[in-house]
Amino acid sequence: MKPRVGVLALQGGFAAHAAILESCGARVDEIRTAEQLALVDALVMPGGESTTMSMLLERSGLLAPLAERLDAQMAVLGTCAGMILLAREVVDGRADQHSLGLVDLTVRRNAYGTQLESFEADIAVEGFETPFHAVFIRAPAVERVGAGVEVLARHGDRPVLCRSGSATVAAFHPELSGDERLHARFLADLS
Amino acid sequence: MSATASSDPATGTTLVKRGLAEMLKGGVIMDVVTAEQARIAEDAGAVSVMALERVPSDIRAHGGVSRMSDPEMVQRVQAAVSIPVMAKARIGHFAEAQILQALGIDYVDESEVLTPADEVHHIDKWAFTVPFVCGATNLGEALRRIGEGACMIRSKGEAGTGNIVEAVRHLRSIVGDMRRIAAAGDEAELFQWAKQLQAPLPLVQEVANTGWLPVPLFCAGGIATPADASLVMQLGAEAAFVGSGIFKSSDPPKMAAAIVEAVTHYRDPEILAKISAGLGEAMAGLETADLAVKLADRGW
Repeated sequence: MKPRVGVLALQGGFAAHAAILESCGARVDEIRTAEQLALVDALVMPGGESTTMSMLLERSGLLAPLAERLDAQMAVLGTCAGMILLAREVVDGRADQHSLGLVDLTVRRNAYGTQLESFEADIAVEGFETPFHAVFIRAPAVERVGAGVEVLARHGDRPVLCRSGSATVAAFHPELSGDERLHARFLADLS
Repeated sequence: MSATASSDPATGTTLVKRGLAEMLKGGVIMDVVTAEQARIAEDAGAVSVMALERVPSDIRAHGGVSRMSDPEMVQRVQAAVSIPVMAKARIGHFAEAQILQALGIDYVDESEVLTPADEVHHIDKWAFTVPFVCGATNLGEALRRIGEGACMIRSKGEAGTGNIVEAVRHLRSIVGDMRRIAAAGDEAELFQWAKQLQAPLPLVQEVANTGWLPVPLFCAGGIATPADASLVMQLGAEAAFVGSGIFKSSDPPKMAAAIVEAVTHYRDPEILAKISAGLGEAMAGLETADLAVKLADRGW
């Protein structure tokens, strides 16, 4: 049976994730409510504005149900803002910004500067034979990696792809460069 | 690890520029004229703010030449928030755009809301590292702007009126023509579409192949309530710009938060009913037939 994957669709780059997951053979649901979240086996938390998503998680009644599912080891892929929301500690966030605290990382928001500093570059990813083309949009930077967190890719000295238990987090946007390998691997790990 | 080391990073590419627009989808970009308003917008969940001297309804009321904002005001807004900051340059005024890029603005809006600086040419947007958003009333105008390098299109609507009718007209025109082009029978029909729309043929062919613009399509001009936001999202807009609609309402923080939620839950009337309740007065609207100046007619 096809895995049923949710894409958190409160705000941000959810459409591009949904398209690539469908092309990889998943059944995809857009998630905006707790009822919708209860129906999926795994979740993608897209890029966008982490402050906006944090508020909408709360106002849409998704914060507690999501924390419960994550506690119960639901597989999750968080990119950019998704990584920020999943990290234990956020630097340069809003004081009232929610942190799901699943991955023991310290992440700095907008670490590279404004959009003028956004960039694309090839990176080497653990387990992939050829470089992965990564797009960084006003990207966060990982400043501390906790015990039990595996670094799967770096750009320069900075970790940009990490895994911890059921969570994979990326500082870049694998959904934007047309390379399906990260999504395919996320889906393969579900079965 | 068998893959080779990181390549040199490339900034200002089309992918990077369109990528930020992709991240603003499902969000609300709010016009602000002070740092205080910018903070209210961010507190309410805006994904970005547009820093400008006067909101469109005041530009309409006061008249005169409307220009790029004072850099000092732009910098105060940048310092006040952590979300992306946009600012407007006049149509064709590439020097204003150069200054906004030097200020580290995240997106430049080459906007009909300001007084045009050039009655023939738009800015060559490929020449910039900063991405541009441009307005459009129809698909031909949208594709011409994309041909010039725009990385986000917003339907123009009629700014400063609080009247959604023009936004609906423009969105229906753009989305409807994309649907008709995607259903075209052969290449000859695409040649005719390019001629009729006065649009670059390769972009018409791209619309035929994908059924959509090569960049995100947002909506602006006239959104004043959560229901307006839901309407334009259901008609195909992927995010909303709200100008006068927030800070000309009776309770801006409440209206701002409600419109943010409405853009997320645009297909859920039960949630929208809750969001829309008890918001106070929306901005006073204008009948478009009574307007002395139609801002949407600016742009070529």
